[in-house]
Amino acid sequence: MNIVICIKYVPDAQADLTFSESDNTTDRLGVEGLLSELDEYAIEAGLKLVEGAVGPDGAASTVTVLTVGPDRAADAIKKALQMGANAGVHVNDEAIHGSDAVATSLILAQAIKKIGIPDLVLTGMASTDGAMGVVPAMLAERLGLPQVTLASEVTVEGETVTIRRDGDLASETITASLPALVSVTDQINEPRYPSFKGIMAAKKKPVETWSLADLGVDAALVGLGAAWTTVESFAKRPPRVKGQIVTDEGEGGTRLAEFLTAQKFA
Amino acid sequence: MPTDESQDLIDLTRQICAAQLAPIASAAEEAAQFPGDTFALLGRSGLLSLPYAEEHGGGGQPYEVYLQVVEEIASAWMSVAVGVSVHSLTCFPVAEYGSDQQRAELLPAMLSGQTLGGYCLSETQAGSDVSAISTRATASQDRSTYSVTGSKAWISHAGHADFYTAFVRTDDHPSKGLSCFVIPADTGGISFGTPERKMGLACDPVSQVHFDRAVVDSGRMIGAPGLGMSIALHALDSGRLGVAAAATGLAQAALDLAVSYSKEREQFGKAISEFQGLSFLLADMEAAVTSARATYLHAARLKDADRPFSKQAAVAKLICTDAAMRVTTDAIQVLGGAGYTRDFPAERYMREAKVTQIFEGTNQIQRLVIARQLLRG
Ligand SMILES: Cc1cc2nc3c(=O)[nH]c(=O)nc-3n(C[C@H](O)[C@H](O)[C@H](O)COP(=O)(O)OP(=O)(O)OC[C@H]3O[C@@H](n4cnc5c(N)ncnc54)[C@H](O)[C@@H]3O)c2cc1C
Repeated sequence: MNIVICIKYVPDAQADLTFSESDNTTDRLGVEGLLSELDEYAIEAGLKLVEGAVGPDGAASTVTVLTVGPDRAADAIKKALQMGANAGVHVNDEAIHGSDAVATSLILAQAIKKIGIPDLVLTGMASTDGAMGVVPAMLAERLGLPQVTLASEVTVEGETVTIRRDGDLASETITASLPALVSVTDQINEPRYPSFKGIMAAKKKPVETWSLADLGVDAALVGLGAAWTTVESFAKRPPRVKGQIVTDEGEGGTRLAEFLTAQKFA
Repeated sequence: MPTDESQDLIDLTRQICAAQLAPIASAAEEAAQFPGDTFALLGRSGLLSLPYAEEHGGGGQPYEVYLQVVEEIASAWMSVAVGVSVHSLTCFPVAEYGSDQQRAELLPAMLSGQTLGGYCLSETQAGSDVSAISTRATASQDRSTYSVTGSKAWISHAGHADFYTAFVRTDDHPSKGLSCFVIPADTGGISFGTPERKMGLACDPVSQVHFDRAVVDSGRMIGAPGLGMSIALHALDSGRLGVAAAATGLAQAALDLAVSYSKEREQFGKAISEFQGLSFLLADMEAAVTSARATYLHAARLKDADRPFSKQAAVAKLICTDAAMRVTTDAIQVLGGAGYTRDFPAERYMREAKVTQIFEGTNQIQRLVIARQLLRG
């Protein structure tokens, strides 16, 4: 079974996140970055699937991780390889900076075609920075694959993938024929830590770096200029002001009600 | 850090410590639970076998790197760091003195991360004085097995270990009559005493290990008969560095706690860290931790370069553990009354620091080692 997992390098959510002054895009240079935590679940799911899979023809399974991002996104690939993925593909091109989800899905789709359509494309449920969660659907559409999203369980049997999607009121079991695209939630598993042997082994695993030209993607279709939306301006959230303390001297309830009315909460 | 991989290794260790060890350490110490799951996690992550050869399943890391991993673990959970160091110690005799066959047969399991070892040197009458060991191994007529009888004392991981690296008497000569065996824990005739009621390090279970005519295959004798004392002392040279690194990590944890508390606690209208009298205490703690770290790293680099390091290892053990004692005590002082309660880990750090001045050779014995080497020849 061959699996491609789309992973993203994101600014560390623990850090002080901001936008770049020059073009209002997410500031990726001024902060430490890492592999998006939500993508670790996809990596774990992919590794589990191939560990459990014994192909009828005995053919070896390959888990390839794919990222679109700047130089430092190589760290996300490295982490995935340390966890156990077999190979990495890094699409890196100046022209990609500022791409929206539509452009990102185009680049990912072209890269996956170049890798070769696998049995399964896996993604996280959203990135921890953009958090739109639309790329999986767009990508499936571009590749013409069935999309089964938000899986909290995934199994593959023969030519069929089965997922469980947990909603507020019910759990759905959904099947699709392979090849397919599956996005997974943070409920699906407990991502493993890399092991020291994994760290050593990762050094020897192949990583390819492709430009837009390598993928035959027209640079005019991606990047900030091609984005369907733009951030006009941004402002830091004002610091929290000290709350007002009401000392109850018999009329506390009335004063609370007055406050809520004045703030239009009631 | 010598390589990118060693930096990644430290990052991995920090990540595991922050997410998996630090959050449960205090409660586990309070409950005196053996951290079996934690050792399993470290084993899976390859952190239980770092300083040994890759061909036998080790990480092939220099001591300089391995010890910094131990330091990181100690900052999060001292008992576990001590366990990692003890386990490394138990593998040392086979790795350094075992025959090729013994290394090929025994090391892969010992370094798999799935097993834990116990180091059986001390006895009730043989603490600092190893030559007083009385546990005895008697060869069978055809010399294919040995029968081991006697009691070892103070054994970390007793009852939890998968194998015991034991030093026992095969001859009456005080120092040249000891031999080293690696004994599987499921050997018949092994039993354990009640765990010692210790002052700290509650998650490191320590008790006596009794051998009653325990039959051990001759193939499990490591090195020549009579070489036991020499093997034990060489193993301790390296083991001491593990204790030194762990003590440094413990001191660092106490310092970090003291610094953060001092910035939050206000008296006389300002943070106590703004009083010079207190900030100088913190500065002395920092100087102690930094110099301790430099001392163990110096010894480690000598060892990694195949230079003599026994004296420097003894210096490191002495300096690092004394620093840990002082820094943890001062951390309590910085926290004031809060430091004296179990609501903060400072008092636990202090209780944990004390034992580092005692085990793997008391600090008096370290001075003896240093002075002997200094005055020799
Ligand atoms: C928590 C814990 C875990 C341990 N784990 C292990 C283990 O896993 N395996 C193992 O084999 N042992 C272990 N030990 C035993 C430990 O190594 C011994 O306690 C230590 O070597 C000291 O021996 P002792 O307790 O008999 O003290 P003693 O040797 O009786 O020493 C008592 C005092 O006399 C001093 N003294 C002794 N001889 C001299 C001298 N020649 N000159 C000056 N002063 C001297 C000592 O420094 C000390 O202050 C452990 C001990 C503890 C407390």
